[in-house]
Amino acid sequence: MTNDPRTNYWLRKRFGRRTIVKAGAALAVTPAIASIAAACGGDDDDAPATATGGSSGSGGSSGDTIKVGILHSLSGTMAVSEVAVKDADLMAIEEINASGGVLGKKLEPKVEDGASDWPTFAEKAKKLIQSDKVAVTFGCWTSASRKAVLPVFESNKALLYYPVQYEGLESSPYIFYTGATTNQQIVPSVEYLLEQGKKNFFLVGSDYVFPRTANKIIKAQLAASGGKVIAEEYTPLGHTEYATLIAKIKSSNADVIYNTLNGDSNVAFFKQLRDAGIKASDLTTMSVSIAEEEAAAIGGDVMEGHLVAWNYYQTVDTPENKKFVPAYQAFTEKSGKKRPTSDPVEAAYISVYLWAMAVKKAGTTDVEKVKEAMAGLEFAAPEGPVKVHPTNHHISKTVRIGKIRRDALIDEIWATKGPVEPDPYLETYPWGKEFAKEKKS
Amino acid sequence: MAASASLARPRTRPALGAAVGVIRPLLPVVIIGIILFLAPAFLSDFRQNLLAKFLCLAILAVGIDLMWGYTGMLSLGHGVWFGLGGYAMGMYLKLEDADGRLPDFMNWSGLIAVPWFWKPFEHPWFALPAAVIGPGILAFLVGYLVFRSRVKGAYFSIITQALALILSIFFVGQQQYTGGTNGLTNFSTLFGFSLADRSTQDVLYFLTVAVLVLTMLFATWLTRAPLGSLLVAIRDDEDRVRFSGHNVTLVKAGVFAVSAALAGIAGALYVPQVGIISPANMGIVPSIEFVLLVAVGGRGTITGAVIGAILVSWARSTLSENYPDTWLYFFGALFIGAVLLFPAGIVGTWRALLRRRPAPLRWPRSPAAARLDPRGAAHE
Amino acid sequence: MDIWLQQLFNGISLGSILLLVAIGLAFSFGLMNVINMAHGEMIMIGAYCAYLAERTLGSGAIDYAFLLALPFAFAIAGLIGMGLEVTLIRRLYGRPLDTLLATWGVSLVLQQAARSIFGAPNVQVTTPPWLQGGIAVTGSFTMPYIRLFIIGMVLVAILLVWLYLVRTAAGRRTRATMQNREIAAALGVRTPRVDMLTFGLGSGLAGLAGCALALIGPIGPSLGTYYIVDSFLVVILGGIGQVVGTAIAAVAVGGANALLEFQLSASVAKVLVFVLVIAFLQWRPAGIIARRAAR
Repeated sequence: MTNDPRTNYWLRKRFGRRTIVKAGAALAVTPAIASIAAACGGDDDDAPATATGGSSGSGGSSGDTIKVGILHSLSGTMAVSEVAVKDADLMAIEEINASGGVLGKKLEPKVEDGASDWPTFAEKAKKLIQSDKVAVTFGCWTSASRKAVLPVFESNKALLYYPVQYEGLESSPYIFYTGATTNQQIVPSVEYLLEQGKKNFFLVGSDYVFPRTANKIIKAQLAASGGKVIAEEYTPLGHTEYATLIAKIKSSNADVIYNTLNGDSNVAFFKQLRDAGIKASDLTTMSVSIAEEEAAAIGGDVMEGHLVAWNYYQTVDTPENKKFVPAYQAFTEKSGKKRPTSDPVEAAYISVYLWAMAVKKAGTTDVEKVKEAMAGLEFAAPEGPVKVHPTNHHISKTVRIGKIRRDALIDEIWATKGPVEPDPYLETYPWGKEFAKEKKS
Repeated sequence: MAASASLARPRTRPALGAAVGVIRPLLPVVIIGIILFLAPAFLSDFRQNLLAKFLCLAILAVGIDLMWGYTGMLSLGHGVWFGLGGYAMGMYLKLEDADGRLPDFMNWSGLIAVPWFWKPFEHPWFALPAAVIGPGILAFLVGYLVFRSRVKGAYFSIITQALALILSIFFVGQQQYTGGTNGLTNFSTLFGFSLADRSTQDVLYFLTVAVLVLTMLFATWLTRAPLGSLLVAIRDDEDRVRFSGHNVTLVKAGVFAVSAALAGIAGALYVPQVGIISPANMGIVPSIEFVLLVAVGGRGTITGAVIGAILVSWARSTLSENYPDTWLYFFGALFIGAVLLFPAGIVGTWRALLRRRPAPLRWPRSPAAARLDPRGAAHE
Repeated sequence: MDIWLQQLFNGISLGSILLLVAIGLAFSFGLMNVINMAHGEMIMIGAYCAYLAERTLGSGAIDYAFLLALPFAFAIAGLIGMGLEVTLIRRLYGRPLDTLLATWGVSLVLQQAARSIFGAPNVQVTTPPWLQGGIAVTGSFTMPYIRLFIIGMVLVAILLVWLYLVRTAAGRRTRATMQNREIAAALGVRTPRVDMLTFGLGSGLAGLAGCALALIGPIGPSLGTYYIVDSFLVVILGGIGQVVGTAIAAVAVGGANALLEFQLSASVAKVLVFVLVIAFLQWRPAGIIARRAAR
């Protein structure tokens, strides 16, 4: 084995004279490089001519269609959630097209895969804006992906509609947020728990920005209203071993678990919670990232009785929702599996309609005009009436506490009287001063 | 590999031969350089920006090739060095953006002052060298420890992979210092020039091309110097090199450090052009994809690393644009195909074709690997 | 006190899962010097088998669907493993690093295939009623039946593997090939067949692990990625190709994770465990139990 002639050759070479190196490589490279250059430019219908492009304007409205971008993870860990939201976007577009489109033109969706990877999100956002020249983009789920594309949309003066509840403390001039900000989900749910006499909070979250910020807000809120944080625990994204954490919960005197875990971790957490003999009736849990689809994936038998906080459930009783649910289920059934609706799905659906209404009102897809037209828009959404805030780009939403049923659907057990005004920087709360100061003047 | 064929060839006159020997290896570098300098004329803004990103990866690929193709060490954790370089640059950009105030993510993570280890990154004269030297020194230390205990082959790969996983978990966990999962993003200016400006991006593009050309020249020189032969000798039989009096541990750690420094440079160039650096850039998945760049292009050839980096990244982009639902199949098949059908990579296969010989279907099995292999145990 | 018992139990429980995953890796690593990056996907396949079994048998069969799923998962994952060995890994012998890349490609394809077949969202399996709940030993020390079942299953599986290796002719051939491939071949052992069977066995065990994990965790396309790096660490720590070493390492890594996580946090625990493994390898580069004739 060690008498390999090749090695001897190399060793001889090392200690002997240097050899003239053979080439041929040079020739080899030329065509390859040329083909790359061609390939890189080749698929661009707008190759060099667009050098001036990239800035604002009524992009996408040429011809008899208006291009709109859809940017979600269709692969990777986030695909679990984002595929459902993409379907909601596509369904809304189909509905709008069926009723005559916008400004007499059909909407043409351009779907891109963010691949659960933040730099890819930034790349695809650039592509949609600069290369496809979409009039608007609907997309993102995680805060990380939104933060990654935010500078892209701001510097290109393009519009993004973001459909998921998030940690607040943001108000980009080029993003409209149709999911809940903290005072439309977390703050009321904590109030609700306090009303129920729960005082000792055990905070459990995945280790990323949303849970950490949410927990910071909860701590401030509890400090001001007589509650107490017993412990604050974070696990890496995708963590699936919760026995230790559950042991910590058991040895504490918490009377409520406030859960901001994400994705697959929730499945492991709740299954193992049940195995440890803790039922929903023994210890209240409040989750803010578990909607109908997630509950079904964990299993209704496991999730039965646990509490969640959202703005919308499939069971919400409005005339709009009676049409929306069967429409969405029929739509998803075409591409395979019938899916339940959920809060982010509904928020995505709203976002397309709100943009279409704003375009109609403005009479153009020009970004600045659409932004102006958005202020104060009202829409009869499946969750009930929503209204776009005049300045902060969020929408007012009704807050609902729900209890998960055995069939993994969610029943509303408490709701705010009407839609709650969005307050991303918690400026209206006396304990929210430290967050309000983060607002950029 | 290439050199072994020259034995069979009739020799040219010495003087001419020497000249050709100097010029020929430089020819591909010159050609690639010229094409890349001219490319912006044919590309839209978006594609040019994309190409710049690929070129950053090409710089990194050259570093991986030095380690893997020449020295036989497969690092599955190069995302770490790329990330560290990127973070050093990102920290500078973030502080420039914050302009004396607290960067946004520190604010919402509950810090009230910029931590001490962030402070020096205000200055480009610190941040830029740190992006290169930092990963270099760290890699040297890690490498020295690992190689000293004779960890090699697949073990080394697994350890570097675990390092990538652990460091990305660590960066996610230290949100107040690193920005957590979000990473560092939302930069506005570089040395006072707006990053959104076409001209800034143009300068960055040409800077990237220049750095890439320099990297290729450096790597060509390194691999053709006596040291290069030593690296190949280590790849093919580490123990014999050790017995012949060389400090193999030091050499390997050194190559690892050089490779990491190149990754750091790539990361630092990547950040202002892509606009984000996050733990997602340094985990297991990107690290393995980096290796694919070299595998496809042809390991053990500098040109191959560069061509592979550009082609694979381009394929990844195009496939995911056109087939968002199925592109992972293509990508997975690319891994399998590159290894199974074209182990010599594009450049290696091309060279073999030029030589009118069948491409080496099997990568020559190195005795070092064989020693790890139980089948080789009989000979020990 | 209770809490320490609980953590000890949790550590053993985590360790047993890691062991079941790692044993297959240890085999392929020890026997063929192959690093199978698609090993995690065998876990995923096992988990989906549990789901399929329940779906096919219907809700009336909840009591025994899971039990039937176990051999099913073992067989399917084992067959896919053998297929992988014959079509791909066999062609890459002696090129461990290349195998690593190629199997990574396989893992991408398998994950995407799972996504195409079962959809991107997670699917769920109902825990059979007789596995719900647990034994409350003392106030805060509970041993969930599922965890006990998994520990028991791993013990039985390891015992069977050991019996196979030590008591059967096929097992003897495997050990002979592991110790000295050339001489084994010279004595008439059909080493390619041994490779295939051993690889299938390792994959089958991972499938078994996946089937068990279906009860305590998510079932989705990326399930395999959650356990694989820890398992690699176990294999390296245990010493390549060492069943006993792998077992000790699995319990050590599981225990260290559980104890450190209880004291600190999950992220920090993971980082520390890695640092400890590296430190240990500085001291004993060949792992807990070194291979005979190692340097």
